[in-house]
Amino acid sequence: MHIVVCVKQVPDTKIIKINPKTNTLDRKSAPAILNPFDAHAVQEAVKIKRLTGGTVSVLSMGPPQAVDVIKESVEIGADRGYLISDRAFAGADTLATSYALSKAMEKIGKEIPVDMVICGKHAIDGDTGQVGPGLARRLDVPPVTNVLEVSEVNAKENTVLLKRKLTSGYELVQANLPCLLTVEKEINEVEYSALPDMIKAAKYKPVVWTVDDLVNVDRTQLGLKGSPTVVGKSFTPPKPEGGQKLQGSSKDQVKKLMEVLQDKKNLLFQSSN
Amino acid sequence: MPEKFDVIVVGAGPAGSAAALVCARNGLNTLLIERGEYPGSKNVMGGVLFSKDLRELIPEFWKEAPLERPVVDHRYWVLGEQSALQIGYKGMEWGEEPYNTFVVQRAKFDQWFAQKAVEAGALLINKTVVTECIVEKGKVVGVRTDRPDGDLYADVVVLADGVNSLLAQQLGFRKEHKPGDVALCVMECINLPKEKVNDRFNIKDNQGVAIELFGDATKGNFGAGFLYTTNDGINIGVGTTVAAMVKEKLKPYDLLDQLKAHPSIKPLLEGGESAEYLAHLIPEGGYRSVQKVVGNGVVVVGDAASLVNAINGEGSNMAMHSGHLAAKAIVLAKKRGDFSESGLSSYREALNDSFIMKDLEKYKDVPHTLETYPQYFKEYMPTLTKAVGKFFTVDGTTQREKQKEIIKMFTGKKGTFKMITDIYRVFKAVK
Amino acid sequence: MSIVEESKGVWVFIEQNGGKIEGVSLELLGAGRKLADKLQVPLAGMLLGDGIKSLSSQVITYGADEVYLVDHPVLKTYRTESYMKSAFHLIKKFKPEILLYGATSNGKDLASALATDLATGLTADTTHLDIDLENRLLEASRPAFGGNIMATILCKKQRPQMATVRPKVMKELEPDTSRQGKIFEETVELKESDMRTKVLKIVNDVTNKANLADAHVIVCGGKGMGTEENFQLLYQLADVIGATVGGTRDVVEAGWLPHHMQIGQTGETVSPKIYIGVAVSGAIQHTVGMIHSDLIIAINKDPNAPIFDSAHYGLVGDAMEIVPMLIEQFKQMRNAKGGEISYA
Ligand SMILES: Cc1cc2nc3c(=O)[nH]c(=O)nc-3n(C[C@H](O)[C@H](O)[C@H](O)COP(=O)(O)OP(=O)(O)OC[C@H]3O[C@@H](n4cnc5c(N)ncnc54)[C@H](O)[C@@H]3O)c2cc1C
Ligand SMILES: Cc1cc2nc3c(=O)[nH]c(=O)nc-3n(C[C@H](O)[C@H](O)[C@H](O)COP(=O)(O)OP(=O)(O)OC[C@H]3O[C@@H](n4cnc5c(N)ncnc54)[C@H](O)[C@@H]3O)c2cc1C
Ligand SMILES: Nc1ncnc2c1ncn2[C@@H]1O[C@H](COP(=O)(O)O)[C@@H](O)[C@H]1O
Repeated sequence: MHIVVCVKQVPDTKIIKINPKTNTLDRKSAPAILNPFDAHAVQEAVKIKRLTGGTVSVLSMGPPQAVDVIKESVEIGADRGYLISDRAFAGADTLATSYALSKAMEKIGKEIPVDMVICGKHAIDGDTGQVGPGLARRLDVPPVTNVLEVSEVNAKENTVLLKRKLTSGYELVQANLPCLLTVEKEINEVEYSALPDMIKAAKYKPVVWTVDDLVNVDRTQLGLKGSPTVVGKSFTPPKPEGGQKLQGSSKDQVKKLMEVLQDKKNLLFQSSN
Repeated sequence: MPEKFDVIVVGAGPAGSAAALVCARNGLNTLLIERGEYPGSKNVMGGVLFSKDLRELIPEFWKEAPLERPVVDHRYWVLGEQSALQIGYKGMEWGEEPYNTFVVQRAKFDQWFAQKAVEAGALLINKTVVTECIVEKGKVVGVRTDRPDGDLYADVVVLADGVNSLLAQQLGFRKEHKPGDVALCVMECINLPKEKVNDRFNIKDNQGVAIELFGDATKGNFGAGFLYTTNDGINIGVGTTVAAMVKEKLKPYDLLDQLKAHPSIKPLLEGGESAEYLAHLIPEGGYRSVQKVVGNGVVVVGDAASLVNAINGEGSNMAMHSGHLAAKAIVLAKKRGDFSESGLSSYREALNDSFIMKDLEKYKDVPHTLETYPQYFKEYMPTLTKAVGKFFTVDGTTQREKQKEIIKMFTGKKGTFKMITDIYRVFKAVK
Repeated sequence: MSIVEESKGVWVFIEQNGGKIEGVSLELLGAGRKLADKLQVPLAGMLLGDGIKSLSSQVITYGADEVYLVDHPVLKTYRTESYMKSAFHLIKKFKPEILLYGATSNGKDLASALATDLATGLTADTTHLDIDLENRLLEASRPAFGGNIMATILCKKQRPQMATVRPKVMKELEPDTSRQGKIFEETVELKESDMRTKVLKIVNDVTNKANLADAHVIVCGGKGMGTEENFQLLYQLADVIGATVGGTRDVVEAGWLPHHMQIGQTGETVSPKIYIGVAVSGAIQHTVGMIHSDLIIAINKDPNAPIFDSAHYGLVGDAMEIVPMLIEQFKQMRNAKGGEISYA
């Protein structure tokens, strides 16, 4: 069984802080991390591999530093990693991203045929979750999004049994292999890597491909050129009128607030009768 | 059978990375283990790095290292409550190659320095804590980590795990630090626009100021404060011996707040945004507290060996230099194939001949009668180490909580008062 | 004629589960109506499923002029492949210029797959929709990453222009049963045997989890609460005033709250009578989800925190100090009022 996991390097949005005055993000404080959902994706692939045997590869598109997230994936237990990195990919929206990834996937598939692709539910730099299903279409495999549990992998029948999250509740889906999953965080706990995996990762040199390494690529579908969406104007949303900061010590402020709420207390306390 | 390395270095601070760099350069199969997210992620330093010792390892490091400003203006202020006695030296030659000292931000610098070791061929693994040395037949043969299948073997283990080196203690190389020997230092990184920094200290972009603060900075206790300019901000901190801290009921962060409020300092910080708040121990013990640094299959370097010059606030340079010397000794031992204590002893000798021990010797005459107060080691020191451990390991918690934690640590158990009186007696004896 | 010129009309994907139309689809009909009127084109619902013709009338009463539907047994439950194939057929044939989806599991899934086959642009989690009339372009706005500003996303060269919108962001129209509309039914070749996925069973989550959308009063906690323990304090506050506790994405990331308790662009959109934000910085991705609350109160120790720009009343100070005071005060107020709290 050959599972390929797509992993993205993202700025740690929990650490980036926006400077309230300049309204811009202060990049000093923004280390790049492995998209948390992708860590779960890698972990799930590794768990499946333990059952079925086989290989776990990871694929990432990004700047050269993105090798870090591939190494981190190897720490979690991935066997090999591929980075596609090239100016031509820059500025890609989800459509162009899924195209580039699909081309790399084709090449990986020539080395070892791919039985399953796993993506994160979404990348925290955009929360969009569009690349997964898009990639599935390009590879012409069935996508199953928002997977909560891989309940069964039937290598003989070439099927998987999946628990898929719905707006309220879940559904049990059986999918033929090869297929593409996008996974929720609930799917597993990312394990504390064993030391040998840490050392393996420290030694590991990912395969890095540029556009020229990929076969029959239509460059017009890459990067900015290949992205139908463009950012138009930007604006600050309207603020509510008459906002005010209450003055004084915490005590005074609380007192003032209670005065304000006195008139509104029916909002708060509608007696049941 | 787990992999065997020539050398395992524990801790990717200046000492560890220097040792790993030199070992790797000499073709030794070297593993560098760091507990933090990345080297420097947990490390604290006011920031003055003496150029000389790094130059010996990387001749023109300033061309590539992530440095803040080179210090061209070194000031010494003795603070009164409202006043400041100021002397200093401004030397433009310090602003030119090869430079004298640089201010560095450890989070960036350590990462770069460790990377140098990696480029030289060392393996670096982060997020991994070494829990103990594996000892067989009186010889250190490897390390145990907190990870599954976490044992690793090596001819030599280098302990560069910093100030309260638990590993060196486990090996019985040293006792826990004594309150008189160790300063708890609290510092804050403050963001300020470059231009503001330049005006307030009347310097240019590539010029820095270092101010060492005494007197009222520590409310007259043994210790010191500092204020260093970074590229776009200021690092300010203060540290005093734990003994003094407890005796005077000083809370280190109160000291820092008072210092920041001092009339001759406040204007310098005006309008700055606090970016980081850090606390860390510094071994202040000097010569006497340098204990065993060589054993069978093991050497101790940097803060782990208490190699800090309290007066000049030097430490990172001694750390690098000791790491450098230890590595040379290991390379020699490798040639001879003898990793026993005697096989590695050339490190101790080199250390003795180096500026490090000569400097440290200056204060060897601090009497130590603390042993007569057993509760130190039974209660207070463990409490302290715990407290400090909390202080800089509890991630994501706010300053406020960290502070609460510490106080809990001290007031738990026996109650502060008894502790203070005990320590007071000892402190008198030490003075 | 170019795809841009020949594409006409505003469509909404009508998501139905077990014959019941999702609220978000009706909300989008409301939003789509405005767009269609500006463009002076018909508004249509795209309805897919098994035995769902009867739903067409509802789609029309909620604002549609037209319904395009495929009714087929294979479409009984949602599956990307079958739904995508049917939708693709309708879109290729009738060429809408705009197509909106609810940002639900299925809506996102279908939109993403379709965008790929149609090679067109898709904007996720849009919070604001408008039309640039002279260029006849859909202006789909969402918070820009990094920076407290909104960015307007355009899709100039491809059609349809597509966007997903989270539930409760848009408002549905008053149903109008007198409305008339045209229904276009298409047949699409679908074989169960071609399907590569099977839905074996659907389990609806009956546990009635606290629902932010219906809450009259919300206490929203931020990462600034510091620890999960401190965060519990907010439940005490919520208790006295009968509020529901929600949180920011960082709080959800930290695991202090489940995702359905997240307020903001990619969480829930709320408009309670009173919103109290405690230790919330007020990043735009958060505020877009609460800005329509009647009364916004913010507690933050940083006087420069952006949340104060969105608040009617701001308290500058330490939450751990202020919240206990509030709990006290509210207790008194409640007792004075003698109110047993209930929002029946
Ligand atoms: C506030 C302050 C200001 C200072 N100012 C200056 C100054 O201006 N100039 C100067 O030269 N010196 C200064 N010093 C001293 C200087 O920081 C130290 O002397 C220097 O960092 C020592 O380097 P080291 O490598 O020995 O130890 P450290 O820098 O402490 O490095 C130890 C490393 O080991 C890692 N580690 C620890 N335990 C383990 C384990 N069990 N497993 C794995 N990894 C582990 C730690 O994470 C850390 O990365 C200052 C110190 C402080 C606290
Ligand atoms: C694509 C995308 C989608 C997103 N979607 C959402 C979303 O749907 N919802 C959402 O909420 N976020 C969302 N975010 C994240 C958002 O950008 C912010 O990162 C997040 O809202 C910040 O959460 P916070 O305010 O809890 O934490 P912080 O930004 O860390 O703010 C903590 C605040 O608490 C204050 N504080 C600290 N201690 C105290 C104290 N003791 N007393 C009082 N105040 C204190 C601090 O001053 C600070 O203002 C999204 C981000 C991206 C990139
Ligand atoms: N540049 C990329 N490289 C590799 N995988 C990606 C990339 N972008 C997105 N993905 C995958 O697609 C998932 C959803 O991303 P997104 O659609 O951007 O939210 C991520 O969790 C990744 O698994």
